[in-house]
Amino acid sequence: MAEFLINSVGFPEWLAWTVTAVVAAVLILNVIAGGALVFIWAERKIAARIQDRLGPTRTGGRFGWLQSLADGIKLIAKEDLMPEGADGMLFRLAPYVSFCASFCAFIALPFAFDFVGQRLNVGVFFVVAVLGLEVFGVILAGYASASKWSLFGAMREAAQVVSYEVPLGMCVVVPVMLAGSMDLVTIAEKQAGWVTNWYLFHDPFTFVIFWVYVTCAVASVNRAPFDLAEAESELVAGFHTEYSGLRWSYFFMAEYGSMFLVSALAAVLFMGGWNGPIPVARLVGLSEGTGDTANYFVRLLGMANLLGKATLGVLVMMWVRWTLPRLRIDQVMTTCLKYCTPIAAAMFAGAMLWQLMLPGGVAPGLSRPAGEIREGWLEGPGGRSAAARSSAVAGVLP
Amino acid sequence: MIPLAAIDWHSVFFFLFAALACGCAVAVVAAENVVRMALYLVLSLGATAGLFFLAGAEFVGAMQLMIYVGGTLVLLVFGVMLTAQAPFVSIKTAPGDRVLAGVIGAALLAVLLQSAFSVPEWRKPAAGRDGEPAATPLGMALLGTRVDEASAGAPGGVRSGYLLPFEIVSVHLLVVLVGAAYLARAKRRRTPRAIEVAASMEPPATVAAHAAVGREGSRGGSVLAGGAR
Amino acid sequence: MQPSLSPLVASLLTEPVGVTHYLVVGAILFTAGVACMAVKRNALGVLMGIELVLNGANVNFVAFASPYLQAEGGKSLGLDGQAIALFVILLAAAEAAVALAITLNFYNNHATVDVDRADDLKG
Repeated sequence: MAEFLINSVGFPEWLAWTVTAVVAAVLILNVIAGGALVFIWAERKIAARIQDRLGPTRTGGRFGWLQSLADGIKLIAKEDLMPEGADGMLFRLAPYVSFCASFCAFIALPFAFDFVGQRLNVGVFFVVAVLGLEVFGVILAGYASASKWSLFGAMREAAQVVSYEVPLGMCVVVPVMLAGSMDLVTIAEKQAGWVTNWYLFHDPFTFVIFWVYVTCAVASVNRAPFDLAEAESELVAGFHTEYSGLRWSYFFMAEYGSMFLVSALAAVLFMGGWNGPIPVARLVGLSEGTGDTANYFVRLLGMANLLGKATLGVLVMMWVRWTLPRLRIDQVMTTCLKYCTPIAAAMFAGAMLWQLMLPGGVAPGLSRPAGEIREGWLEGPGGRSAAARSSAVAGVLP
Repeated sequence: MIPLAAIDWHSVFFFLFAALACGCAVAVVAAENVVRMALYLVLSLGATAGLFFLAGAEFVGAMQLMIYVGGTLVLLVFGVMLTAQAPFVSIKTAPGDRVLAGVIGAALLAVLLQSAFSVPEWRKPAAGRDGEPAATPLGMALLGTRVDEASAGAPGGVRSGYLLPFEIVSVHLLVVLVGAAYLARAKRRRTPRAIEVAASMEPPATVAAHAAVGREGSRGGSVLAGGAR
Repeated sequence: MQPSLSPLVASLLTEPVGVTHYLVVGAILFTAGVACMAVKRNALGVLMGIELVLNGANVNFVAFASPYLQAEGGKSLGLDGQAIALFVILLAAAEAAVALAITLNFYNNHATVDVDRADDLKG
């Protein structure tokens, strides 16, 4: 977009980059805030349907679709309370820390080919790392509230998130290994083509590790059945017991933003990103990467694809939340350390051996469908030419 | 006014992150409350990660965010909360110590700054130099194969990488994990003080029970003390 | 507006940053860390000082490793600097884990985290 502004509109360079940055930031902000509104409404309806109720029906005419907007107005109008013994600065700062972490992680998330805030060479790593910072807001909130319930919630969250980062990291490494890149755009681009090209169906090990990833992702964003930090049956409301009004809603925007983010990450890593199950655009002869209008619409279609997959992931999380009972804290830790981590490690080793044993990672008797881009990643933005690299490798290997 | 077109935005962002990193580092020293110190430390290390990104070390920056900020500091804050009883949240330092530390710190800073400014080549960078992203070569170097330009001058065209240090660090981390778990385990040894405490309490209570009560009490106590502050 | 300050600020903002800029940041972080270690009586505060010191050293390694910051024809440390910075981060994590375990043990035995009270072995 910056190049377009410089070349076609004639903006000076600094203005073009500033405009681009502001537009990207506003778009991402709207994805989080607007997404939160939609998801809160969806959660109410889904929870109601699962519990054989109707949910909101009146606000906004049909289906109560304006309910979360009405809630938002109520929250803005609500009195902003702070407990007397609270640490004022930390209490005020904590929601923004959570929200900023959730927001920053969106920077490296590609919504379609080239629709990415900042294409990072270490995209996956960055997203997972920044997502882990969200826990700081929760810990600060728990401490600053000067309340037992908040502190217990925060301690649980700290222990849980730090533990679940280990299997989560191992799950994320498998698609990185298959793609040979940590760039999210490259990873998604390698899964282009038919649905069988998705890393979910790459080999049995990736299929298993996808479900481990789902478990760990749900745990790392503190959704039920892992929502120990805000267990309302024992901790009142956990870390946000003392929060009200707009500050409280920041925590919720951060939570729904993170849910959407881990779902979108799952879509990019395992489910082809913006590539649909059937490569419609390629079949009719369009390709991404060039600049004309038709290809722009292809990218918009891809973005709809990714948003659809991510929304599906969020809906599954809601389904899980209203179906499964909450785990105890020791069960949460057992799930992480005794099941998720060993399974992830074994599957990682399995996927690695699969790549080594089978030429090209393809089982005998099968062949990769056309459309998969496997060549050329070394010559890409990643670095030097493949020839120089392989000669260097050949020099050390016997 | 400076013409906006002449501004090097890379430098602007550098000064933004540098000011955040340095300001928060000084705030860590100045703060009395240990939880606020932890917050400033998080901000300082996060801004340093931003500096790493600006210097083209994306992998190190992401690593800093993930391990340092997301792992080590969460652990540190965890420790702060476990020990955050009212008298320890802010332990005052004697003014004399502060002055002494200020003098020594200023002297050290002067020496470091003098050496930082001493080499003229370091002060005049070439504008617009482009480096290639280093994540892939760095990963290969950690696996024992160097494919970057540093290998050009070495005999045979290839220098050995960091496979051995990488493995040593892995084993080291494992050992540390086991050791830390052993050190911090809940079992409490019978130190003279613990026996004395146990003796002063009612007879049926065991030392272990006291330890448990003490821990619960410390958490609750910190909260109550926080409420009274 | 500010005639005295303006040229300096202008030169800082319009010229690319070099290794020296990073070294200054590293020096400030290092000094803050040393002062923190010296001043704080809370064991966890001392630990935070150590983290700052290691981080200041890391800034220097990354600065020398960066190809962006070198002068014309200058040679950067390249991957060596970045790899050393990575190892420093890893070892800092290990160090923090052990130090935290020691602190918690000290807290369990002495019911304080004041390092000035850790004088059991004093003759």
